[in-house]
Amino acid sequence: MAGQAIIETKDLSRVYNHHRAVDEVSFHIEEGEVFGFLGPNGAGKTTTLLMLMGLTRPTSGTARVCGLDPVRQAKAVKAQVGYLPENVGFYGDLNAVQSLEYIADLNALARREAAEKIRDVLEVVGLKESMGKKVGTFSRGMRQRLGIAEVLLKDPKVMFLDEPTLGLDPDGAIRIIELIQALNRDRNMTVLLSSHNLYQVQKVSHRVGIMIAGRMVAEDSIEALGKEKLGVEGQEYSLEEIYMKYFQEV
Amino acid sequence: MQGLFAIYRKELSDHFSSNRFVILFALIAMVSFITSYMAGINLRENLEGVAKPKFVFLMLFNTPGALFSMVQFVAFFGPLIGLVLGFDAVNRERADGTLIKVVSQPIYRDAVINGKFLAGASNIAIMVVSIVLVIAGFGLTLLGVVPGIEEVWRLIFYVIISIFYISFWLGVAILFSIFFRSIATSALASVALWIFLSFFVSLGASVLADTAVPVEQKEEARAEAIMKNVRIKEGVSLFSPMVLYSKASATIIDPMRKTTRSFVLLGPMEQLSAARFQNPLSLGQSLVVVYPYMVALVAITLLCFAISYSVFMVQEIRT
Repeated sequence: MAGQAIIETKDLSRVYNHHRAVDEVSFHIEEGEVFGFLGPNGAGKTTTLLMLMGLTRPTSGTARVCGLDPVRQAKAVKAQVGYLPENVGFYGDLNAVQSLEYIADLNALARREAAEKIRDVLEVVGLKESMGKKVGTFSRGMRQRLGIAEVLLKDPKVMFLDEPTLGLDPDGAIRIIELIQALNRDRNMTVLLSSHNLYQVQKVSHRVGIMIAGRMVAEDSIEALGKEKLGVEGQEYSLEEIYMKYFQEV
Repeated sequence: MQGLFAIYRKELSDHFSSNRFVILFALIAMVSFITSYMAGINLRENLEGVAKPKFVFLMLFNTPGALFSMVQFVAFFGPLIGLVLGFDAVNRERADGTLIKVVSQPIYRDAVINGKFLAGASNIAIMVVSIVLVIAGFGLTLLGVVPGIEEVWRLIFYVIISIFYISFWLGVAILFSIFFRSIATSALASVALWIFLSFFVSLGASVLADTAVPVEQKEEARAEAIMKNVRIKEGVSLFSPMVLYSKASATIIDPMRKTTRSFVLLGPMEQLSAARFQNPLSLGQSLVVVYPYMVALVAITLLCFAISYSVFMVQEIRT
């Protein structure tokens, strides 16, 4: 890993009616890493992701995603970045394959190529047996995995996963986390993982960023943060301790 | 363009497979069937033993059968088709969390609106054309008259005007589905606007006209006052798309109508002079008469679409 910065922001801000939802956030994500994006609810994580996707216009500041400007080249950015929103929705009356076909259509994939890819991604997320079932009957864990399959369909360079394990049972959550690890390892996928589950984040992330009240208060590897905040090295410690420390400071 | 086609295809197949469409289509097909059947029966009785007037075929559409003619039926209830097809177009996707997913694919955001509007409009076109064809075929067997080429052209124009009229209401429904997050609110708002514009504007027009220029029973200056009164009434009622549409379509479908306005106060002398021009208008002349109405209809449809477009483009989509 340790490649070039694939995502870079500089003083990125978004103001809603005098409320600074995102306040001069500068950070970078390197190619091929899993970046854990932490912070309490309403800290501005989703807004930051939307700005990186070009779905929301920043009030000020700039961002580069895969060398592109999300404000001016939104379509090109969206072709390379896969976004799994929090509580992703599906058309309940379509089955898994039809859902993926629609996404393939939107991504302008040719029919034959799409059919092949759909089989492939269903295999990867482990939904091959349920491919003919209507999405309306899917469990929450299956929906999340289908969401990841939809993201994978366009062969993204970067994946933004917003709370992918929220509300999942432990088994479902572990499957998602293992899937993220496998994608990162086998396909060198860069992943931006936003989550409240610090244990899971610690397990997969190379580096983490902590965002509180619109500001990025920390951005480094977990070891470095542990050294800085807890003054420990090589000992057993959890990301939770670091996180709480930052949280209390603010 | 790819995104537009993908959304268009998806929407169209959604429409066709929805129960909503089936029910709506069945209802409208049934009513228009009954209407034209009654009209056909009436026509056959009335025309028995009489020299056949010109344009018998078109009378199928503009002769009131039981209660209303086909043209009136579309004017009243056509908007309902547009509203039903569009009232939850955008806010349902928002509620289901699928909108954010669609717009985070590599498409332009306007493709969503364009695709939905075009799919709805195609749907409307299919409904209108098939119903007109059914009635026409029905009329062929019922009346035994073959339509002339001019009648066919008039029907084509009628179909085009109807498609625009219903698409206007589709545009209104889509606009409300963008404005309002709640599906129930957008449905209520669009139905309320429909009832207001279709039924209350004409009522309000006469009230307004009577307040502004009361028509007194005194003899002097009566004609002028009546003219003014009528002008105000007509001007105000043109705010109703239904009035625009009924006038345009009635004139297109009925060559004997020479103006979109209704006559007032025909004295015996005036009647006599009007009777000298009892020949039907040519198609071109009918078009000239309804041209402003057609332009107005197209304009409000486009205006509605443009507003939805500009609102949607700047709206924040988070779910």
